[in-house]
Amino acid sequence: MKYRKTIFSGGEMSPSRRRFVQGLAMGGMAAGLGLTTRTLWANTDQQQKMPTLRGTDYDLTIGEQVVNFTGTPRIGTTVNGSLPAPILRWKEGDTITLRVKNNLPESSSIHWHGIILPSSQDGVPNISDGFHGIAPGTTHTYQFKVAQSGTFWYHSHSGFQEQTGLYGPIVIDPIEPEPFTYDRDYVVMLSDWTDEDPTVVYAKLKKLSHYYNFNERTHKDLMKDLKEKGLARTWSERKMWMQMRMSQRDLADVTGYTYTYLMNGQTPADGWTGLFRKGEKVRLRFINGSAMSFFDVRIPGLKMTVVAADGQYVQPVSVDEFRIGVAETYDVIVEPDDGAYTIFAQSIDRSGYARGTLTPDPAMTAEVPIMDPVPNLTHMDMGMDMSGMGHGMHGMGGMDMKGMDHSQHQMGSMDMKGMDHSKMPMGSGQMQGMDHSKMPMKGMDHSQHQMAGMKMKGMNHSMMPGDGGKKPVHPSDFTSGKVIHAPTEYGPQVDMRAQAPQYRLSDPGVGLRNNGRRVLTYADLRNLRGTNDPRDPDREIQLHLTGNMERYMWSMNGVKFNDAEPLRWKLGERLRITFVNDTMMNHPMHLHGMWSDLETGDNDYIPRKHTVIVQPGSRISYRVTVDAEGGWAYHCHLLYHMLGMFREVQVS
Amino acid sequence: MRKINMMILALSMSGSAFAGGMNDDPFLFMLKMDKFELRDADEGTVLVWDAQAWAGKDLNKLWLKSEGERGEEGTEEGNVEVLYSRAIAPFWDLQAGWRHDFRPTPDRDWAAFGVKGLAPYLFEVDATAYVGESGRMAAALSVEYEYLFTQKLILSPELEMNLYSKDDEAVGVGSGLSDLQLGLRLRYEIVREFAPYIGVNWWNKFGKTADYAEAAGGETSDVEFVAGFRLWF
Repeated sequence: MKYRKTIFSGGEMSPSRRRFVQGLAMGGMAAGLGLTTRTLWANTDQQQKMPTLRGTDYDLTIGEQVVNFTGTPRIGTTVNGSLPAPILRWKEGDTITLRVKNNLPESSSIHWHGIILPSSQDGVPNISDGFHGIAPGTTHTYQFKVAQSGTFWYHSHSGFQEQTGLYGPIVIDPIEPEPFTYDRDYVVMLSDWTDEDPTVVYAKLKKLSHYYNFNERTHKDLMKDLKEKGLARTWSERKMWMQMRMSQRDLADVTGYTYTYLMNGQTPADGWTGLFRKGEKVRLRFINGSAMSFFDVRIPGLKMTVVAADGQYVQPVSVDEFRIGVAETYDVIVEPDDGAYTIFAQSIDRSGYARGTLTPDPAMTAEVPIMDPVPNLTHMDMGMDMSGMGHGMHGMGGMDMKGMDHSQHQMGSMDMKGMDHSKMPMGSGQMQGMDHSKMPMKGMDHSQHQMAGMKMKGMNHSMMPGDGGKKPVHPSDFTSGKVIHAPTEYGPQVDMRAQAPQYRLSDPGVGLRNNGRRVLTYADLRNLRGTNDPRDPDREIQLHLTGNMERYMWSMNGVKFNDAEPLRWKLGERLRITFVNDTMMNHPMHLHGMWSDLETGDNDYIPRKHTVIVQPGSRISYRVTVDAEGGWAYHCHLLYHMLGMFREVQVS
Repeated sequence: MRKINMMILALSMSGSAFAGGMNDDPFLFMLKMDKFELRDADEGTVLVWDAQAWAGKDLNKLWLKSEGERGEEGTEEGNVEVLYSRAIAPFWDLQAGWRHDFRPTPDRDWAAFGVKGLAPYLFEVDATAYVGESGRMAAALSVEYEYLFTQKLILSPELEMNLYSKDDEAVGVGSGLSDLQLGLRLRYEIVREFAPYIGVNWWNKFGKTADYAEAAGGETSDVEFVAGFRLWF
């Protein structure tokens, strides 16, 4: 048996439904290719499924084609007949020319995600300088010099074309030798496919925002809670959620109910296959090209050494698992033994997964793990004010919380005042894993805590050994500004404002806390070659991510894109952007044209990203060197959020 | 000329594709048959409907509502409402417009003014005040809750009540609390849009309303089993 059938952790599923979620075996566009072992070995490109195009000159044709991922033929958006679009393999330093022909009946565009280039080449209609989309039947020529290397991707920036297939990988080979070695190099592009028309998906979300959520808490969960926690605790735990009219299971807007999750364009039933020979080091370039899906990625039995994030080298970190937000990329190196391994990418809400196999033999596959239980959002994810709780809980934001499960904390119900940490009276041993003396304090800095409005008084820091060797961090390294909710955040378009958003760098996020695996967090990301721009920020901008889930409206500072003035930045300035997430969802924020230098507390090794996840109810900040003139897009990369949660940036 | 038209078309198309977007706030419409059910009333089987439709955008919509009951002698009760609906708070819409009761006769017309939304603890509330001819006033309240047995099997208790300021013998309503209904429906969402259900409905008429009903030889209270379906698109 190639895969497990129980892919839903709850609820009933008919066989046809199962096939739908799993996808059709040999679905997509592979049907009829008839890959044999020999062709697999002979041609790495073919293993990637999408072709690889190389060189400096490209002719790309955007078109429509029949695809079949679920058993039902549908029209997909393709580039040169491929979905995902072909891998573009560039060389750092080359000047690239891409002639893009649009054969769609509607306007189209291609944006080179994470590539630093002039605004005019960035491919966002009516924001990129002088670019208004590629009209039907016309050809647009992009030309720019490649000034970077690493793993990136490209996608349409028009309409919902990204959902219907217009996304593909970009791999840029560096001029300088890479700081690591490997024998094999695979792109692993994750994406989500729906048979539905994306405009229908959007309309459904507007009419019934939880349309696709079949992971709500039910009678069974309530009975379990009552039995395990008693009435008082169950009530206090759930009270806030019901008062606020929010769901603890609001993890993904669009789910496996309609999505078939793809790995390199292949369904879970098919599974993408990457071959290796024993003893080889394999580089996997993970790209999340989804419209709406976050994935938690692991390869049971293998440690993954993360060597690059968003195309930029980082100091190697060995992990069991990482969360990849929409539009992020991670390069990892694995050293498989002589067996088959499953690359398992479960969606954040556990409604499905993408799957692939690393194997020395195409006939050999590995067991596919069962998905993790559906997690619950916590009060922390609500950005709740926990100041009434004494100091005990406050350190958590910046701490490495492995071994501790936030979801079990009865924050609302506990009287934590004056508590002795060693005697936390937490019911039914929920806190067993919490022992401050064992908490690794990686990346922890007291300034972070103060800034998040925390009171650390009385907390015995001596109990917490720092992660030796790291430089102390100064309070000024992070935003110390107050969280201010703009007047525009008050109105029918905003259903929540985080009261005490914490800087949660080392929080792996909902569903990954305390799962017994070493999970990558942003606190682990350290620039391999040191901070690119050591300047302190000249000024700070606070941007709040806002929305109304029930009405399915998304905005920034309560103002949607259509009603917003462009953000005007000065060429040459160094900015600090502080995001405050006033919603219950993760938002992957993408700034075009300029790097996002993530403030991790280690000023000497600030990592550069192009897309930064802002966790629910949290705050996070990064620095931007404003060195790119012109118009740029700045937005949440969740496709059905970005219509409103979007800003134009004008740099002059 | 044709070329110019093409250019305008191309420009307008690129405009609609602004920033990778479509319009974030498209004009949508929704038709929702909240209840379409048979009740085994004492007086025989009756058909009851409760339908809503809206068209509009995120914050401003036009609503149509209709409720009614058909028995063996045709439609016994029926009304339609046309309302302008405006979002005034994250979970609340203000709704104002016109209600027309076409059964029982004679017709009654009302100016309607109410709120509809989701109250804390996830109660769906629709509360409307009415001002009619000859200084008549009325109020209607409906509160509904959903309890998930499973993701698709949903128990929905509901309370409905009507109040009137003046006796209106012609249509059989008395002043004060005229009637109260408590319903409990268990639906199974085969898909989100379609759910058959069964349930039980208790109603009682009070005061003059009950007197009028009795005088007309009708019931003043009943417990009915109901079966029907919910449908929207």
